[in-house]
Amino acid sequence: MNHSHTQMSGNSMEGIMMLFVLFLFVLYPLAAHWTSRRYQKWPMYRAVFWISGIFVGAVAVVGPLAEFAHHSFPGHMLGHLLLGMLAPLLLVCAKPMTLLLRTLSVPVARRVTRFLNSRPLRLLTNPATAALLNIGGLYLLYMTPLYPMMHESLALYVLIHLHVFGAGYLFTISMIYMDVTPHRFSYWYRAIVLVLALAGHKVLSKYIYAYPPGGVIRSEAEAGARLMYYGGDLVDLVLIIILCYHWYRATAPRSHLKKSQPI
Amino acid sequence: MTRTYARRNLGSGFLFGLGLIAFLDEVMFHQLLGWHHFYDKSTTSVGLFSDGLFHAFSWFATVAALFLVADLRRRQTFWLMRWISGVLIGVGVFQLYDGLVQHKVFRLHQIRYEVDILPYDIIWNTSATLILCLGLVLFMKTNRRMEEE
Repeated sequence: MNHSHTQMSGNSMEGIMMLFVLFLFVLYPLAAHWTSRRYQKWPMYRAVFWISGIFVGAVAVVGPLAEFAHHSFPGHMLGHLLLGMLAPLLLVCAKPMTLLLRTLSVPVARRVTRFLNSRPLRLLTNPATAALLNIGGLYLLYMTPLYPMMHESLALYVLIHLHVFGAGYLFTISMIYMDVTPHRFSYWYRAIVLVLALAGHKVLSKYIYAYPPGGVIRSEAEAGARLMYYGGDLVDLVLIIILCYHWYRATAPRSHLKKSQPI
Repeated sequence: MTRTYARRNLGSGFLFGLGLIAFLDEVMFHQLLGWHHFYDKSTTSVGLFSDGLFHAFSWFATVAALFLVADLRRRQTFWLMRWISGVLIGVGVFQLYDGLVQHKVFRLHQIRYEVDILPYDIIWNTSATLILCLGLVLFMKTNRRMEEE
């Protein structure tokens, strides 16, 4: 009885998430199309980034992989890599905030900008805060009984997955300035925090290897930990390349400066 | 060649050396030979922290070093010899740190398991010292050339 109840609310939860994902999926290309009539044409490749980002994120929370992740730790880890690292990166490359501000009417866009400029958001998008929320959240999940508890409670499951995505997105926008970025920090500062966050990620994955989270058998913890270690490397490599490339472009000597790129 | 650019060539080479050797270590000893272990029961938590930090840093360093080379080249200030001296110093320093501190003091993992470890340790650390010395010799040579100019 109880079980079927969880099952049902799980299914309706999945339905709501699907609808939300579908909404985001359709809204972006529509906004791109509308605004391209009034402003410069919104590039097609950004829509490709957006759609792949949504797809990657959705694969982690609904469908066969999400189902597989329920009873396999490596499956769970793969889902986290997709939801918390790869999807945010793809989505940030699509510059959704820039598109949003282009789509909204000027007064509303001003209000959004005022919100983005606010002090709490400055604190939140500080690389150190973002890294702490992102990596700290993972430590909390795997080093406390939170991981087994997550599989018992649907609310906890949804909350944790929202956090993983949200913190991953926040971390990505705090590191690479692709989209609208009101609060900027130096390359040095971001580079140092990025290295520390990556180190934290590596240490945690080895810790999981040595001390499996509650309810996870050793062989699964080992496979999941390796996936976390090397998969994290792969996505962070892209972050590092983008950060360094931005530095390279910003420090160009005068003779190498090209015409400024359109937004 | 101004001193700033000479220093940047050295720094970029050093970062690349650290990154290169960490990468080779991963590919050769962890993946291909399978001598090194992902985790060793005797690893101390300081060792775990040191390993994570070093690998994260070397990952970043490889990319940053190559962008620095690109920057030096577009300013036409890239100095290959100076850069190579930096690479060798980076490789030597990392190997020595890995061989003496991480393997021995922090007991992260050994070079190889179920063998007499002594010859491995000797070869590892001697080769590291040789590479470091070669790098230092090149460094001094380029220094001399800079003073002559």
